[in-house]
Amino acid sequence: MFAGLLGRLSWHQLPKVPITQIGAITVVLGVVALAVLITLLGRWKWLWREWLTTQDPKKIGVMYIVVSVVMLLRGLGDAAMMRVQQATAAGSSPGIVSSDTFQQVVSAHGTIMIFFVGMGLMFGLINLVLPLQIGARDVAFPFLNATSFWLFVAGMALINFSLLIGDFSAAGWLAYPPLSELKYSPGVGVDYWIWALQISGIGSMLSGINFLTTILKMRAAGMTLMKMPMFAWSVFASMSLVAFAFPILTVTLALLALDRTLGMHFFTAGAGGNAMMYVNLIWAWGHPEVYILVLPAFGIYSEVVATFARKKLFGYVSMVWAIWGIVVLSFTVWLHHFFTMGAGSDVNAFFGITTGIIAIPTGVKIFNWLFTMYRGRISFKSPMLWFMGFVVIFTIGGVMGVLMSVPAIDYQVHNSLFLVAHFHMMIVGGVVFGYFAGITYWFPKIFGFRLHEGLGKLAFWFWAVGFCLAFLPLYILGLMGATRRLDHYDASLGWQPLFIVAGFGLILVLIGVGFQVLQFVVSIWQREQRLDLTGDPWDGRTLEWSVPSPAPFYNFTHLPVVTERDQFWVDKQAGISKTRKFEDILLPKNSGLSVVVGLLAFLFGFGMVWHIYWLALLALLALVTTLIVRASNPEPEYILTAKEVEKIDNALRRRKQVV
Amino acid sequence: MKVTATTLDIKQLEAEATDKTVLGFWTYLMTDCVLFASLFAVYAVLHGNTYGGPNGHELFKLPYVLLETMVLLTSSFSCGLALLAAQKRNRSQVLLWLGVTALLGLTFLGLELSEFRHMVLEGNSWRRSGFLSSYFTLVGTHGLHITIGLIWLTVTAVFIRSRGLTDSLLKRLTLFSLFWHFLDVIWIFIFTIVYLYGSLNV
Repeated sequence: MFAGLLGRLSWHQLPKVPITQIGAITVVLGVVALAVLITLLGRWKWLWREWLTTQDPKKIGVMYIVVSVVMLLRGLGDAAMMRVQQATAAGSSPGIVSSDTFQQVVSAHGTIMIFFVGMGLMFGLINLVLPLQIGARDVAFPFLNATSFWLFVAGMALINFSLLIGDFSAAGWLAYPPLSELKYSPGVGVDYWIWALQISGIGSMLSGINFLTTILKMRAAGMTLMKMPMFAWSVFASMSLVAFAFPILTVTLALLALDRTLGMHFFTAGAGGNAMMYVNLIWAWGHPEVYILVLPAFGIYSEVVATFARKKLFGYVSMVWAIWGIVVLSFTVWLHHFFTMGAGSDVNAFFGITTGIIAIPTGVKIFNWLFTMYRGRISFKSPMLWFMGFVVIFTIGGVMGVLMSVPAIDYQVHNSLFLVAHFHMMIVGGVVFGYFAGITYWFPKIFGFRLHEGLGKLAFWFWAVGFCLAFLPLYILGLMGATRRLDHYDASLGWQPLFIVAGFGLILVLIGVGFQVLQFVVSIWQREQRLDLTGDPWDGRTLEWSVPSPAPFYNFTHLPVVTERDQFWVDKQAGISKTRKFEDILLPKNSGLSVVVGLLAFLFGFGMVWHIYWLALLALLALVTTLIVRASNPEPEYILTAKEVEKIDNALRRRKQVV
Repeated sequence: MKVTATTLDIKQLEAEATDKTVLGFWTYLMTDCVLFASLFAVYAVLHGNTYGGPNGHELFKLPYVLLETMVLLTSSFSCGLALLAAQKRNRSQVLLWLGVTALLGLTFLGLELSEFRHMVLEGNSWRRSGFLSSYFTLVGTHGLHITIGLIWLTVTAVFIRSRGLTDSLLKRLTLFSLFWHFLDVIWIFIFTIVYLYGSLNV
């Protein structure tokens, strides 16, 4: 009778495959080691008060980035397994993992990299920089912001739990039905996928609403939209896409969950279901998602180029129009992900043309950056290197994309490694390089010291060269007919040498990652040598550089007034220094309820995955209660008086004089 | 907010906060609108996939649905009256009209559930066909929103009863009324596209 209480959960669900066992043990040991370390250092209280319950977007941003970096390492581990498998599994050799495990690894890699690395780094950087850049002290809804983060963590925890108990989806990163339907994937894998994404996706949607409101309502006095820094513009556009696209994902995941749990027939092979509807729906979200990730990266590049070329951004207005052109077009191209659906030549032609057109605003942006560099006094700091690597890789990948926008060509390379190479060039070359540039660029603003430049440059070169070695062969392999998610191939095809080259490329990338980790360790170790005492380590242009580093939790002692684009740069040129003024500041109090919401969302998801419905129901009821408790709190804020602000500011200044 | 000696213009700050909340809530409603639009699109694709089961013409009873519609529209009217009373700071009237709204909302939910129950008992559950899956999901999602609205309404009413019509509660009431009217609009679309159009024998 008690067995029923645990749904599908049982001891038999513990991992049996050696590779998964290693993964599970790594996760458990990692968590235990972390817990022991915190206990030994006696830092639980500090962690809870200073970090977990914080409502300060800068700290939330740091937490997002920490989680994402850990997930990046896991995603890279998955990538390494795939590379080893494909380099070895030719002819009589079966490779290192079974076919089923391989499919799980592929699915986990894609899901984690997009949702828990890409999205996490993006929201992290937005949290760090956006309020500072628009001259605000906070985001519009601080509690909601913290809650979004904890929903993200809940989703992340759920997906990693699949390593410990049960298995993960083997249906690809977008879980196409009918394969992902109960009949063909009866295990818990797809359910883990659904609920991890559903929970973190709702968090993303709430973040989208939050940042949209922040941008529209909290800009500094005088900062009209056309005076916003380009990063703020790109966030504005990206968050608009979030608001329009994520509800579609919510619906799609919910319908698949209804099929699997209540026996509905949305996407089933029989009983009036329509599997291609799923593919349409998921890409109606999925294509904008690509731009959700890349637009903020474009914003970062715009800041980085202007700063390190020491010129104002070329073609500001055209840049803004290009961004919004991409926003609109991104909703008109989703069918290019499945030209082979057979919608007919007219439909395919329409989507082929709209896809080709997207290259125009993107090209405008590339040229704007190049013209910004033209005749600039460029300093080749590591953020700038990431940018230049991006231009090369992204342009190659982009041209391949335009090539595939021709339906006739797409029929040839559909579902092949050619496509895999293309989108990795866009997402790694475009998105990840951009976020790396952003992290290096804004690191001193958040922590008060710079990252080690030499190690950063080494990391870049290993990444860039390794990345090209890892993915250029995939173009050729794709043209030779190698399909994606391939776990074994015939030796006579002659693909193995190219797969081995790709594997070698990944080794270089991993060395690059090693240098990045080393960069963090060395920089923290020798932080005294790299202190940023001016608050303006790169000779920056925008408002975030006008406050001391690390930026105080209230951001500005008094809210800035803006009359120009790049106000801080203009002031520096005119020799105007900031006047010291202090005012009372209203700030949000810490709240542990966001953490509770995240925990309950996790329990709800876990209950749904394993069909432990009493747990899911209890968690849901507790969630509603938590929200009511929050709603009954009449005093979520406190006042920091001008005197206290002055004291903190003086302390920051003394630090400058002492060193 | 605690009364602390401060140079901050608390009234001004609260007005700004309300401004932000209203814009944020409108944005949320638009995301919800996209959510329903997706469900409508799914229904549009699947409405003919009856897989040998009944179609809308055989299932829907228009007079019954008209009754549901009237109940829901009236609840929107009483919600409007509650808001008017709130602006006049008349607490007992606010509670009265909120009570009426809750009652009508509950009635609507009861009518909908009994319609669902009827269909399921006749063997036409969501498992029957793609059409019925999309029907139950679209209409049910609206019902779920109504349920959430009723919880929200109850909580707000309880706070108003115990704390009086504070500014922050007035703000919440405004947001609730936006939500409730929005659900009305969605229902109009459901009534037209699902029920009226579905009842046509085409």
